[in-house]
Order: sequence, then C-alpha cells, then structure tokens
Amino acid sequence: MNFDYSEEQHLLAQSVRQFLTKEYTFAARQAIIESDQGYSEQVWATFAEMGLLGLPFASDVGGFGGNAVDLMPVMEAIGDGLIVEPYLASVGLGGQLIARGGSQAQKQEILPALVTGQCKLAFAQTEREARYNLAHVACRAEKTAHRYTLEGEKCVVLHAPCADKLIVSARTTGPATAADGISLFVVDRNAPGVTLTPYRTIDNLRAADVRFAGTVVPAEALIGQEGQALPLIEAVVDYATALVCAEAVGAMQFANDTTLEYLKTRKQFGVPIGSFQALQHRMVEMTIIFEQAKSMTCLACVKADSADADERRRIISAAKIHIAEACRHISQEAVQLHGGMGMTEELKISHTFRRLTMIAQTFGDADHHLERFAACG
Amino acid sequence: MDLNYSAEEMAFRDEVRAWLKDNLPDALRYKVVNYEELTKEDLLRWQKITAERGWGAPDWPEEWGGTNWTIVQRHIFEEECGYAGCPPRIPFGVAMCAPVLHKFGTQEQKQRFLPGMYNGDVFWCQGYSEPGSGSDLASLKTSAVREGDSYVVNGQKIWTTWAQHADWIFCLVRTNTDVPKRQQGISFLLMDMNTPGISVRPLMLMDGGHEVNEVFFDDVRVPAENLVHEENDGWTVAKYLLGYERLGTGNTGASKREVLRVKELAAQQSKNGRPLMDDPRFRDRLSRVEVELMALEITNLRFLDQMRGGRAPGAEVSLLKIRGTEIQQALTELMLEAVGPLAQPFRSLRATDFDQHTASIAPRYCNYRKTSIYAGSNEIQRNIISKASLGL
Ligand SMILES: Cc1cc2nc3c(=O)[nH]c(=O)nc-3n(C[C@H](O)[C@H](O)[C@H](O)COP(=O)(O)OP(=O)(O)OC[C@H]3O[C@@H](n4cnc5c(N)ncnc54)[C@H](O)[C@@H]3O)c2cc1C
Ligand SMILES: Cc1cc2nc3c(=O)[nH]c(=O)nc-3n(C[C@H](O)[C@H](O)[C@H](O)COP(=O)(O)OP(=O)(O)OC[C@H]3O[C@@H](n4cnc5c(N)ncnc54)[C@H](O)[C@@H]3O)c2cc1C
Repeated sequence: MNFDYSEEQHLLAQSVRQFLTKEYTFAARQAIIESDQGYSEQVWATFAEMGLLGLPFASDVGGFGGNAVDLMPVMEAIGDGLIVEPYLASVGLGGQLIARGGSQAQKQEILPALVTGQCKLAFAQTEREARYNLAHVACRAEKTAHRYTLEGEKCVVLHAPCADKLIVSARTTGPATAADGISLFVVDRNAPGVTLTPYRTIDNLRAADVRFAGTVVPAEALIGQEGQALPLIEAVVDYATALVCAEAVGAMQFANDTTLEYLKTRKQFGVPIGSFQALQHRMVEMTIIFEQAKSMTCLACVKADSADADERRRIISAAKIHIAEACRHISQEAVQLHGGMGMTEELKISHTFRRLTMIAQTFGDADHHLERFAACG
Repeated sequence: MDLNYSAEEMAFRDEVRAWLKDNLPDALRYKVVNYEELTKEDLLRWQKITAERGWGAPDWPEEWGGTNWTIVQRHIFEEECGYAGCPPRIPFGVAMCAPVLHKFGTQEQKQRFLPGMYNGDVFWCQGYSEPGSGSDLASLKTSAVREGDSYVVNGQKIWTTWAQHADWIFCLVRTNTDVPKRQQGISFLLMDMNTPGISVRPLMLMDGGHEVNEVFFDDVRVPAENLVHEENDGWTVAKYLLGYERLGTGNTGASKREVLRVKELAAQQSKNGRPLMDDPRFRDRLSRVEVELMALEITNLRFLDQMRGGRAPGAEVSLLKIRGTEIQQALTELMLEAVGPLAQPFRSLRATDFDQHTASIAPRYCNYRKTSIYAGSNEIQRNIISKASLGL
C-alpha cells in the first residue's frame, strides 16, 4: 500500500503550483473573470506547454498516458487556485469521450489539437428536465442518408462559449429517458443551427444554454456506435467526478488553511479568535472532514478507470456523497469563522465558497449518489 | 393551556391580511419574493404606505404614531407582513434609532427626527461595527472630540448596511479613551450623511449585491446637540438597542413564505420523471425544516406570552435569532438543491436574452450566510445564553 504521489506526479504538481502561485494570483484571476472571454488564452497556452492538456491521453496524439491519479494533484492545484479555464470540460470530459469512444480519424483530428491548446471542448449533456439523470436525453438526432440533424436544447453547458467543438448527446431512438438510443456527436460550436445563450455562473465560470435547430452534421460526427453511448457517458462522467472531487480537495485545503490562519491572526476581545474553544472545535471538525474527504478522493481516483463498472459506480458515488457534504460543511464554516469578511467579493474565501457550493452539486448531489450507491447493493 | 389566538386576535389577523392584500404594491412584492435588490425609493415607499394607514411604527408610543397594539398583535402584524412578501422595514430608523430616542432622546430630538422616520422621508443607517471591532463592539475607536459646540469625528465604520442610501447615520463613537473599562467613554451620536468629511465606499458581497459599505470620517464637525443621552454613557444606549435589533431576526412569517417557495420549486423540478416534491429524501429534509419552524413559532409565542406579563426580553431573544437564522439558511439550501444544475447560471453576458428564473437562488443562498454573522453572530448569541441564562 502506498498513498504517496510518485516522484513524477509530485514534480508536476509542484511546477503547476509554482506557476499558479506566481501567475494566477487572486488579482490576476479577478482580471481574467472580468475579461470578455472569461478565461486566459495565455494560461491555457502555458497549460499546454507544461503538458497538462495531454496528461491523460495516449502518446500517439502527443499525450503522456496518465491515469486519474496523475491528474489528481493537478486538479487539487486547480481547486486551490480556483482556475476558471476549461480544464475539466476539455481534458476530463470532452477529450475523454473522444479518446475512449472516438474513431481513429476523430482522435487524430481533435486530440493533438487539444493537447497543444488549439482546440477546446465542452460537453453538452444536461437538459432542463434531466436533473442528474444521464439517461435523460430528449434532444434528438434524425438520420437522413449520410447525415444527422440535431434538434433540441442543452443547458448549463460549462465553457461552451469558448469551446471550439461541442460533444453533444442526442437521442437517435426511443423515449426521453431510455438507456438505449443515446448517441454522441462532435459539433462545431459555430455550425449553422447552433445558438448559444452565454452567461456567467455563480462561481465565475462561463457557460451557455445551447439550442440546436436543424443542425446538420455528417455521419462521421457520430462518436462510437449509434444509440449505444450511455455506458461511455457514464464512465466518463464517473471519471470526471473523481477529478472534480480532487478539485474540491484543493479548494477545501485552501479554505481550511486560510481559516486557520484567520483564527490565529484576527483578534477580538484582545485575543486571537482561535483561542475560543467554541471556534477551535469547529476548526477541528473541518480538519476531520477534510481528511476523510481527501481519503475518499484518493480511492475515487484510483478506481476511476476501473474495468469493473459496478465497483467503479459504487466507489465514485461513495466519494461524491462524502465530498458533497464536505463541500457544504467546510465552505459554510469557513465563511462563518471569517465573520463579515467572509461575505465579501474582495476575499478569496468567498470565491472558494461559491466554487465548493457548486461542486457539491456537480455530476449529482449527495441524494443522487446515495440512491446510486444503494442501488449498487 | 390554550395555544390558539383569541377571536379578537383572529379578527385582527384577518384585518391585516386584507389590508396587505389591497395595499402591498405588486411591484414591491415581486421584487421581494424574487430576491431582487430593493431601491431606496422602494424601501421608503413601503414605509410611507404603512404610515398612511397609521401602522408605520406599531411599537412606538401612541403620541408619536404607535398603535397601542398588544405584543401578540404586533407579532401577528410582523408575521403577516413577512408572509405576504412586504419589503423589510428599514430597520435602522423606525425600529432601532427611534426606540433609543423614545427612551433617551430630548423632546427636541424627538420632534426633529421621529416624524421623518415615521413618514418614510428620511433614511437612516447604523454605524456600529469597525474593522477592528465586530463581535467585540466595545473596542471601537472612531473618536469624537468636543470642540466648542461641536464634536469632531475621525475614524471608520464598516459593514454599514445601506449607507449609500442613508440621509442620516447613528454612530457609536469614543469620547473618552482614559477610562478603566472600555465600555465607558463611548457615546451615541447622530450625523447628517451630507456633513463634509463623511465618505462612503461600497463593499460588494459575494452575491454581487451592494448592501454594505465602509464609511469614513475625516474631521467631521457634528453639532453637539446631536448627542443622544449623556456623553460617555453610550454603551447603555447600545445595549438597549441590541435587544431591539435581535428581536426582529426570527422572521417566522417570511420563512413560512419561503417554505411555500421551496414547495413550488420542488413541484416544478422533475426527478426521474416525477416532481421532486414526491422524492422522499427531499421531502423529508423539507419536512424537518418545517417542523423546526413550527417549533420556533410556538416558542416565539410562548416567550411573547411571558413578556405580555411584563417581563423584559432577555436571553431568549438570542435563541430566536439562532434558530430563526438557521431555518432561513436551511431553506435557501433546500432551494439550491431543488433546482440542482439550474442553480449555476448567474448573470447574462448579454442584456437581453436571460430568462433564468432559477438564477436568483444561488445568490440568495450565498447572501443568507450573513444572517448567522450579523446582528451579533450566532456564536456571540450562544455566549450570551451561556452567560446570561445558564450562568456559565
Ligand atoms: C467505559 C470507560 C472505560 C475507561 N477506561 C479507562 C482506563 O482503562 N484507564 C483510565 O485511566 N481511564 C479510563 N476511563 C476514564 C476516562 O479516561 C475518563 O472518564 C475520561 O478521561 C474523562 O474524565 P472524567 O470522567 O473525569 O470526566 P471529566 O474530565 O470530568 O469531563 C466531564 C465532561 O467535560 C468535558 N471536558 C473536560 N475538560 C474539558 C476541556 N478542557 N474542554 C472541553 N471539554 C472538557 C469532557 O469531555 C466531559 O464531557 C474510562 C472511562 C470509561 C467511561
Ligand atoms: C451583511 C452584513 C450587514 C451588516 N450590517 C451592519 C450595519 O448596518 N451596521 C453595523 O454596525 N454592523 C453591521 N454588520 C456587522 C456585523 O454586526 C458584524 O459582522 C458582526 O458583529 C461580526 O463581526 P466581524 O464581522 O468583525 O467578525 P468577528 O467579530 O471578527 O468574528 C469572526 C468569527 O469569530 C467568532 N467570534 C468572535 N468572538 C467570539 C467569541 N468570543 N466566542 C466565540 N466566537 C467568537 C464570530 O462569531 C465569527 O464567527 C453587518 C454585517 C454583515 C455581514
């Protein structure tokens, strides 16, 4: 048994953190989120140079063949720095769907460009009625000759505004919630018949609702077999869930560190507020919850690529239950222990609070995963 | 034991309800129930409407416009207002500074300030907290030095709610530093926000709203006649006021309305093809909050009943504040969970095409973290119960 990162993993994590500490300061991030694009091309290019964009992909597309554990320290750093660039959407979701399900031609077209930072991806999956059910796909794709025509709407597609290509789930057969009949397509974000309603999210990412109206794609845009995409979607979302857990761990580590620092430095009644036992015990509880969450994240990342789908489901859901509750608890307590300061836009902790609030519900909230876990037997 | 309202109280409730139905403007109600930011005009408008009915300040002495209602009637009025979706009463004038003036003010001060508060003509804010003095209010440093018939004020306040709207501010200032106890040497001073030397800087909260500010005082000359009560005995005033500040924080009426909102949202959202409201996990959590709210409401009435017998509000006010704010926060959390992925959209990048009725929910959840921090944090409230009620 060994819970340590390897030498390589450690070094990569260190260089990522060094870069982010220097170039992705809170002030720099504020400028990025207020910019028109809402992310930084320069940071993205640096991620490519550092090899982060190719980390999990095969060497024939320019990648390094890493697994989820290799990505874990990167995701932690992303959570710590509250990085708003589309890493999870491109590398964790879109790129994975292509790498695991795509044809040779699709891989060669998209992945090398993704690895070098020339192509960003977004996963258009969620629908207004779907909640967290991955099988709920009402968006339709009609096949005619050598083409598909897409009709329908996706919502809260994270990073869609900056994506070059969207990976879209659409139904080729069956009723809206059937497991069978879901297909995946690669669609240019600028293709005719694709309309974005872009917005800023509460955690300062960019997202959009995306309408497809008579959007025509060639038959080659289909990823994998027609109608058989659900297992792939499920596996990739589980993988991304493990990654977002790691992002949460990074964010919670920051929340705990900065709160502890605040307890030691903020004085009221002539003493540091950390000398009040009422607050000491709260901080201890945050620490315990963090350690448990981190352990569950290690487990989730180790099992994220497991060939045994039942085992993978059970463990990813267990981790997400834990992380969802830890996100809520730690973010709320961190703000509370900062008093009024915790409420302000000017302090990073309020941004971490918002990100953790959203991660708690990303890819399913605790209720959703409790049900899934229980169903695993 | 009889836990029902009397026939007269029921009749009173119906009267209030009917009046609210006819007089609460839809535009105001809409903003309140959709968590939209209220303007200064909105807030003053509602004060004016209640003033016209003679209900502008129920708890004031009758000669100044009070209604002479019983404590239960006052509670009913507040409940109904909260439930109906009225704008909050601007607490700082009518509900905070006014009780101080009634108890400690001179006749001249009362005549000068009370009508403007009552009629919704003058907007007040509260300058207590400072960067170094939050929970430990008595450590405040903003100084007021007597020079002839003026005080010269220097220093800074923070978290001043709605200072950007305010015409006047009531402040705690230090008039004497050479005292054995920090609570001595504090005075209660009223200032016109237009006085030269006062500047206001907005502090944005994480929901994107501008509700609090920093207020800076740079050689501000304030007429000495604006001192309330005796110089250096402002702490007596402050403590008196804190009881009032916390009295209104239970907000059970508004929470009942928010329960309905949760139910409405959960009915609209579907989970596995059925309304989320049918989901037992979600339903159970909502029911627990409803039960907690019921317990708070009855506890509130039980305390009111005791106070009707003439007992002053004590540490039980802290209990209402703690539980009341916990319930408010729990309800915002349930809403967030109810809308799931649809909670994430926040602000449109174009002005025109944003139709996300769920976009106000996450900001509300964020904003309501304040309720366990302000008006004496919930930790401080627990300290009060521990010391004052339990003798620990
Ligand atoms: C089933 C059982 C088996 C045990 N076995 C052993 C044994 O094998 N060997 C042995 O030596 N002892 C043993 N103990 C004794 C045990 O270690 C003591 O009960 C324990 O240390 C608490 O001491 P106390 O009972 O005197 O309670 P107290 O110390 O009087 O504590 C009373 C309460 O006050 C709390 N408290 C005390 N100080 C603080 C503080 N500074 N801050 C916050 N809270 C505080 C405690 O947590 C507790 O809730 C055993 C006890 C039990 C119940
Ligand atoms: C939205 C908002 C509006 C506000 N409006 C106003 C206003 O209009 N006018 C005004 O004057 N003030 C206002 N306040 C200020 C508010 O009263 C203070 O924020 C509050 O008193 C807490 O002070 P602080 O923020 O300095 O936190 P601190 O006092 O620094 O507290 C930090 C943490 O330590 C805890 N703590 C402190 N002391 C103890 C102790 N002895 N034991 C245990 N825990 C302790 C606190 O509970 C908190 O969790 C507002 C605040 C907010 C957030």
